[in-house]
Order: sequence, then C-alpha cells, then structure tokens
Amino acid sequence: MADAAADFPLLPSGFADWFAAQGWSPRVHQLEMVARARAGRDALLIAPTGGGKTLAGFLPTLVELEARPRSERRGVHTLYISPLKALAVDVERNLARPIREMELDVTAESRTGDTGVARRQRQKVRPPDILLTTPEQLALFCAWEGSRLYFEDLSCVIIDEIHALHASKRGDLLSLGLARLSALAPGMRRIGLSATVDDPDVIRRWMGCGDRPVDLVRGPPGAPPQVDLLLSNGRTPWAGHTAQHAMAEVYEAIRAARTALVFVNTRFQAEFAFQELWKLNDDSLPIALHHGSLAPEQRRKVEAAMARGELKAVVCTSTLDLGIDWGDVDLVIQLASPKGASRMVQRIGRANHRLDEPSRALFVPANRFETLECQAARECIAENQLDGEPLRTGALDVLAQHLLGCACAEPFDEGSMLAEARTAGPYRDLSRTDFDLTLDLTATGGYALQAYDRFRRMVRDSGGRWTVRNAEIARRHRLNLGAILSPEVLSVRIAQGARLVGGRKIGEIEEGYFEMLDPGDTFVFAGQVWSLAGITGMDVLVRPARDSDPKMPSWGGSKFALSSHLARRVRRMMSDSAAWAVLPPDVREWLGLQRRHSRIVAEDEMLVETFPRGRRHFLVAYPFEGRLAHTTLAMLLTRRLERAGAQPLGFVCNDYALAVWSLQPMDDVNMDDLFAQDMLGDDLEDWLAESFMMKRAFKGCAIIAGLIERRFPGEPRKSGRQVTFSTDLIYDVLRRHQPDHLLLRCARQDAAEGMIDAARLGDLLARVAGRIRHVRLDRLSPFAVPMLMEIGKERSPGTAGDAILAEAESELIAEALA
Amino acid sequence: MSPVAALGLRPWADGALELTLAGEAACLLPSGALLLAGRSTLVVADLHLEKGSAFAGRGQLLPPLDTRETLRRLTADVEARAPGRVIFLGDAFHDHEASRRMSEADREALEALGGAADLVWITGNHDPEPDGDLPGEAADEVRLGDLVLRHEPRTGPSPGEIAGHLHPCARIATPRGAVRCRCLVTDGERAVLPAYGAFTGGLNVLDPAFAGLFRKSPVVAALGDRRVHAAGVRSLRPDRG
Repeated sequence: MADAAADFPLLPSGFADWFAAQGWSPRVHQLEMVARARAGRDALLIAPTGGGKTLAGFLPTLVELEARPRSERRGVHTLYISPLKALAVDVERNLARPIREMELDVTAESRTGDTGVARRQRQKVRPPDILLTTPEQLALFCAWEGSRLYFEDLSCVIIDEIHALHASKRGDLLSLGLARLSALAPGMRRIGLSATVDDPDVIRRWMGCGDRPVDLVRGPPGAPPQVDLLLSNGRTPWAGHTAQHAMAEVYEAIRAARTALVFVNTRFQAEFAFQELWKLNDDSLPIALHHGSLAPEQRRKVEAAMARGELKAVVCTSTLDLGIDWGDVDLVIQLASPKGASRMVQRIGRANHRLDEPSRALFVPANRFETLECQAARECIAENQLDGEPLRTGALDVLAQHLLGCACAEPFDEGSMLAEARTAGPYRDLSRTDFDLTLDLTATGGYALQAYDRFRRMVRDSGGRWTVRNAEIARRHRLNLGAILSPEVLSVRIAQGARLVGGRKIGEIEEGYFEMLDPGDTFVFAGQVWSLAGITGMDVLVRPARDSDPKMPSWGGSKFALSSHLARRVRRMMSDSAAWAVLPPDVREWLGLQRRHSRIVAEDEMLVETFPRGRRHFLVAYPFEGRLAHTTLAMLLTRRLERAGAQPLGFVCNDYALAVWSLQPMDDVNMDDLFAQDMLGDDLEDWLAESFMMKRAFKGCAIIAGLIERRFPGEPRKSGRQVTFSTDLIYDVLRRHQPDHLLLRCARQDAAEGMIDAARLGDLLARVAGRIRHVRLDRLSPFAVPMLMEIGKERSPGTAGDAILAEAESELIAEALA
Repeated sequence: MSPVAALGLRPWADGALELTLAGEAACLLPSGALLLAGRSTLVVADLHLEKGSAFAGRGQLLPPLDTRETLRRLTADVEARAPGRVIFLGDAFHDHEASRRMSEADREALEALGGAADLVWITGNHDPEPDGDLPGEAADEVRLGDLVLRHEPRTGPSPGEIAGHLHPCARIATPRGAVRCRCLVTDGERAVLPAYGAFTGGLNVLDPAFAGLFRKSPVVAALGDRRVHAAGVRSLRPDRG
C-alpha cells in the first residue's frame, strides 16, 4: 500500500490506496489535473467517454478538501455545472462512492430546478463543499443578494460537457456568470471537461478569465470506432428520408447487439422507425422511443429502464446526444443522414464506455445522396477530422439579462461591470458603446424617446452605482431568467369520455404541427396511433385509434444542417470518379447515370440544371451547403427570377440542392448574374426585414432581454411559456419608429446566424462565382429525382403513403432515364 | 345565395372590402377603420392609446411608440377618406390616466385630427370618463339611422349595432399554414370591429365570448397586410399556444 502512495506523490496516501483497492492505477490525465490545480492553473480536459473524465475533474477538489479541516471551510469549495439536470444528479451519485470509500469528510449535493424548497433553503444556509448544478441555477445565484458572501471562498468551478454549452446563448449567459464568480472569488480556478473537439482553442478562449491562459490536458485517445455502412444489397432508394427499405436489417442488427441506440434526425423519423421496428418485432424485444415531444415522465421512465439494462434498443433523437452513461450500449445505429462528423463522434461515443475496445456504429443511409454523406462521415471519423465551431460573439440581449440580475444582487459600478463582462470569453471585445446601449436597454427599454425615465427597472444609487428599482422587479426577473427558449407548444392529452375533457398528458408538440389535421384524422405519436378529437386552449385531445394507415404529418426538417466540413467531402467524393470505387455499386451506377444524362462537375464548381416538366420549368442547383443556406438562397433567387420575368411559383430545398419552378423557361437566364454575390446586400435585407424569421428571432431576444415576460409572479409554471404580449406588434412599431433599436440588431444577428445561415451562404456564393456549370436538359436528371420527390411531399403533407411515394419515384426515375 | 353575396361583400379600391350592415353600405379599410361613406363618418374601435406606457409603469418596458403609430395610421385614413366625423368606439385610451401621459407631439397630432374632422368619443370600460381637454365631444352611444354605435356589444339580438370591445381576431387555415389577423365579424345585422390600436391584441372569434351574438353563421373580414379578406367559419381555427 505504501508503494501505491510513493508512486503518485501528488496523491495523498488514502487516494492512492483507494485506486489500488479498485485495481486501478490513476491515469496520467487525472494526475495532470491535480498538478495543474496545485499550480493554480485553469485547465481544459479533453477526453473521450470512458476515460475517467469526471473523476479527473473532481480529483483536485477532493485532494484539496481532504487536506483542509472542516473548521477552515467557509462555503462552497467547488461548483460543478452541467448542461443537464439529470447529469448533475448522476454525478452526485457517482461522487458518493469514492467519498464514502475513502472516508472523506466532504459533502456533495445537487441543486436543480427540481430540487425541493427545503433542501434549497438548507443549501443556502449550510453550503455543501461541492454543489452540482446547472447554468440557470448559476444565473439565479448571480441575482441573489447573498451571492457575494456565499461564493467568496469558492476555489473551483467545473464545467462539464463544455463542448455542448459554449457556442450558444446559454453559453453566453454562463460565461458572464463565470465572470461574476471570478469577481466574487478572484482565486477561483476554472476546469472544463469536454468531449473530443476540432479546435480546443475555441473552448479555451471561451472559458478563460480574461487573458489568463487555460492549460490543455488531453486524455488518452480511445480505440478508433468501427463504423459500418449498411448497403442493403443495392436497394437504397434514390429519394426519401425514412430508410424504410432497411428496417429488417436494422432490426437484425438490434437483435444481434446487447443494447443499441438508434439515432434519427427528426421526431417524425423517430416515430416512424419505432412503428416499423415494432411491426417486425416478432421476438417482442424491449424497444423504446425517446424524443423531445414525449412527456418528461415518459422520457425519465425510458432513461431509468435503460440505466437498469432492461431495454434492447431506444429509438431517439438528439435528446440522447448528451446524458448519463449507460454501460450496456454496444451499438449505435444512425438512421439517415449523419449531418456532421462531430455530432456523430459524440453519438458513437455513447456506445461502449471502455477505452480499449472500439465503439461500434452502423450508418443506414436513407437515399443515395446520404450514402455519399455516410461514406464521407466514415472517412472524417477515421481521420479524426471534426467540424469546426466558429468563434462566437456574446449576445447583447443575454448581457442585458445578466446586468439586471447583477443589479438584483447588489449595486454595481458601471466601469467595473464593463471590465468584468470583458473577462468573459464571448464578450472580450465588447465595446463601451454597446455596453452603454445594453445598460440603457436594461434600465429603460432603450428607447430614443426619454419617456420611460420614471419607469426605470434599474436606477443609480447615491454613489452612482446601478441597482434594481424595487423588490418586485427583482422577483419578476428571477422568475424569467435563463437563455433557453422553448417553442410554443401544445400538450397532447387523452380525451376522457365523450366530452372534450383532457386526461393524462402524453407529450407536447409545437404549435403548427396540427395545421393539416382535422378532427377524426389519425396520426402517430409516442409510438401509438391516435385520432384527433379536438383542440381546446393549450390542449390537443386525442383518443387511441386502430388505423393501419395513419397520417404522418412531417415534423419539419432536422434541426441540424449538413456541416460544411462534411459537405466539402461529399463534393470532392462525387467529383472524382476514381474515388467512386469505395462506394456501393448502386450509388456508382446512379452517379454514372447522372454523368451520362446530365453532368458531374468538379469539386470547386456548382452544377445548375434547367429543364421543362409538365407545364412548369425547373431550375435545380446543387451547392451542397445545407438546408438553411439553401432556403435563404432559394428565397433570394425567387425574388430575382420574379424581377427577370420568369414567374417563379415555388421552391424546395434539402441539404444537397434546391429546386425552383416557374411558368417561364429559365434556360436563358445568365446563371453568373443570378447567383451574383450582391444578392446578400439589399435583396437579403429587404427580404429579411419582412420575414417571419426576424419576428421569431426578435421574440426570443425580447424575452431574453426581459422586455417581455414569460411568467408573472404567482402564475403556475404550466402556462409559463406564453408570453404576455404579442412581440410581432412591438417589432412592427420599432421597425417603423426606431429602426436602430438594439433588440432589432440582436434579432438581425440571430436570424443571420441561426435561421438563414447568411455567413455560409456568403461563402457559397464566393466559392461558386465564375464556376457555375449550367446544363440545359430536356428532362429531369437522376440527381433531380429526389428534389422532385420533395415537391410532391410538400404539396400533400402526410397524405402520401409509402406505396404512393414509391410509385411516384419509379415514374420519375423512368422519366429521367428515358 | 352564398353568405358572401348575402352580406354584400365586395372588394373595393385600395384593398378595402365593401359590406352591407343592417341595410347600410359600409366599407372596411385595411387599417381596421370602418367607413360609412353615406354618412361621411369613419368609425374606429379600441385604440388603447398609451398602452405601452401603462405596461412600463408595471415594469414591462414596451416601446412608448404605440400612440404615435396609432395616430399615424388614423391621420393617414382621415387624409385619404376625408370624413366629416371620426367616431371612437370606446377604449380609445388604455386607462383613465392615459391621455395625460401622452407626449406633446402625440397630443398635437390628436389636435390636428380634431381640426380635420369632428371627433366623437364613445366611452368604454377602459376610459369611462372622457378627458375634457380633448378635442371633440363625448357620448355613451351614437345612433345613425338604423345603426347604433356603442362600445360593448349587447348580449342577444341587437340589429344595427356596431360595437368594439372584444378585439376580434381570426386564425385562418390555408394550405400553406395558418394566419392570425385582426378582423371584423358580422352576420349582416350587427358587427364587431377589430381593435385599431398598434398594441392591441385579439380574441379569437371562435371564443365563447362571441357565441350568441349572431343569429346566423357570421363571416369575418380579416385585415391582411395590404387588403381585407373575407372568410367563412369553415376556414377558421382556434388559437394555439
């Protein structure tokens, strides 16, 4: 035993003994984290799942606390922050064992939105040594009068799953919270725990306190994952997103695995795959469903069954991208497009948490474009080429929220607050002007008219410091803080009896989902067929139904667009016929047909096809830049084609291409002019100002900045998602009377980044300038078949059964090859 | 005869919609004002001026620009149609202090309107006591031939009534998704006008508050961006979220 201690001089003997008793040896990166802590350095640990990452994060804290008698501890020593409530609770459980077994005098407690009032109160009076919580709880702490005293002794903050947090408004808010903590406890160290990322420097700059450097510690690389592609004997269809053709093979793969996670991109696909698998499930394998619209209780149930090892498979969406570890998972199946390499690495990492064994994954392309994409993703993963994240600039609506929070806690001096905010990575370049504008937004709403001086939410005290005007405003701020915006949702409830009375809740669905359904229509939700009984207020009332052919309204596209990194690889792979050899024969044949009937272009070129069909004329462009950028591009092209007299009628987009159709032929359109980069000027601004996306973005900014409240004091949480005032009305009035208002600027930035992908569109137009290859065809090309299928889908959402789609597809293929 | 024909609905110039109310020709402008051309009268309901500042007083800092925007629209309507009289159908002000919170510029705009037309302020529940400093005269209700103009619609049959108060809105389903907009709702005998104010929200016409007002199935005249659209009950949907 003495030997164990001698081998690891950084570890107290009790620790070394404990490792030895487990039959473990402390890993290099775990000891490295202790060493960095001892040197007082901030550190980012990058390690794959299964690398003992969590223990590495807490080891320095446990070592320090072991050496510090309780009488010398005054408050929370370490604050742990996780993006998921469940993860905070899970880590609390996992920490308990080493603490107990090493007999350490250390308390570790979680605190989330679900923690009971009594425990929360007690935690404030008698802080645990280690507090495990979420970014939203930290924001609440920052807005609390007792925060300075509570945190003055804080030694360390640990941010878990930091790769999933930093590049978002939630990350902005967290970075400001960290800046506050560092101001309260200047000696506090920062530790970040991250999965493998493309560029760790982005996260280091995000998490560092001002210019203080963050050390990089890398865990051992895991065994490279083994990723297979499901070829389905050449039956991969030309179009479609469901992968229905492959379900029997997917089922077999599940049966052969110990436990499988089946990832899909949309909730519609999740419901569909779940239905299909159960149709095949003669062995009654325990296969469950997990997605964001299911009731939280139902999701918790699935997660618990998974943790107990009772399930064979879970069909899930990104809701399970993050989460607590399930040791039994040995296979990850990705149904349909992987979209990006980083996300796939994350998903694949959910299988097999043992470092020395490779994780196993199976990619199931739903169409032939996706076969290319899956192949590209396999190569990226093998070469560890992940998607990069752009550097983020902190949002000012988030800063506004943070400023009011700080003013709720204690008066602040504006000069020191600006300096403090600049120590947060995303706000390092915050200008004095923007800070002043944000301060004014927080205090008075930021209106050019000085009408609201007497209604200020923040006022200056006698010393010129800013403080919240009264306790009521502070109380309402605490009710409304956070940077997570939920879409407007309706509860799906089972109708009771003949009258329309809502019973048990089975989940939630975004507003607008039921647009196309009438009472009596059947649809699939939560893995069952329901008939729509009616809608009352916030509730959708349904009854169980037996219908073998339910409607399946599409739940929108995937949240994620094809990453530019993966897209580039797909373009390269397609352009080089020598590289086709790695592709399955059906895809090679399809590419060959495209070359024969239309054209295959070089990697840096863009193909545009025009052809007549029926009484319409079509223009199909293949930029491979993701659905968002394509949608924006199609909007702008349509405006231009309108002015050129082509009389465009509509468009559709997917991750690979976009198609516009019109009454007049577009064969003679000058494509270089049509795709000229100047469309990003006035055309984009004109369109954007009127678009619903700006209104949606504005609503989000107005809520985060606290201009509009989600909740009033005393209101139940249930109805809390409704805002109290129509933000569209505010948007219209501001746009006319104060177009330079700060929130309009914030909304513009959000829309450009998140909804229209303006930067990527700009890159696309620059990339293809002078390199557009226009092919005039007399009929559609093989590549155009999937696009025309998308049109059919758009026109009659939900009504087209697979038989109809299959028939339509074979007709289109015949036409393309005629 | 289709309900549309029975109600005399007919598109008019500048996006307006002509309709027959209790036998009298009227015209709904895209702004939400009702023009009784035969009586040289423009009717507007529920302006709720100074609603923004009322919210600000309670801690929600909505833009203090709603009065300016509402009066801009009204001034444009008055300039375009040149009515001899403008009747405010109640709740012109959001609360009884509202008129005193108006900015100097907004007050001047209101004075200018008073110079261009006679202003009649029907009292509403938000503004039961008219501000004596305002241009024009006050009234509880106004009768014009068979028409009676008041703030709150009476329950039960009330032929010839033109009222406000309910802020009717319609959610109309189209194949490309649903649109929610302010609207006038009428069965040809009586009508409820849309709220005219820039910050006035709306109540769905399928809400029980509208039940019992109409003897036959009503139609809505919905305010689009540039024109008024007629829609029957079958295209209407309840609100979501």
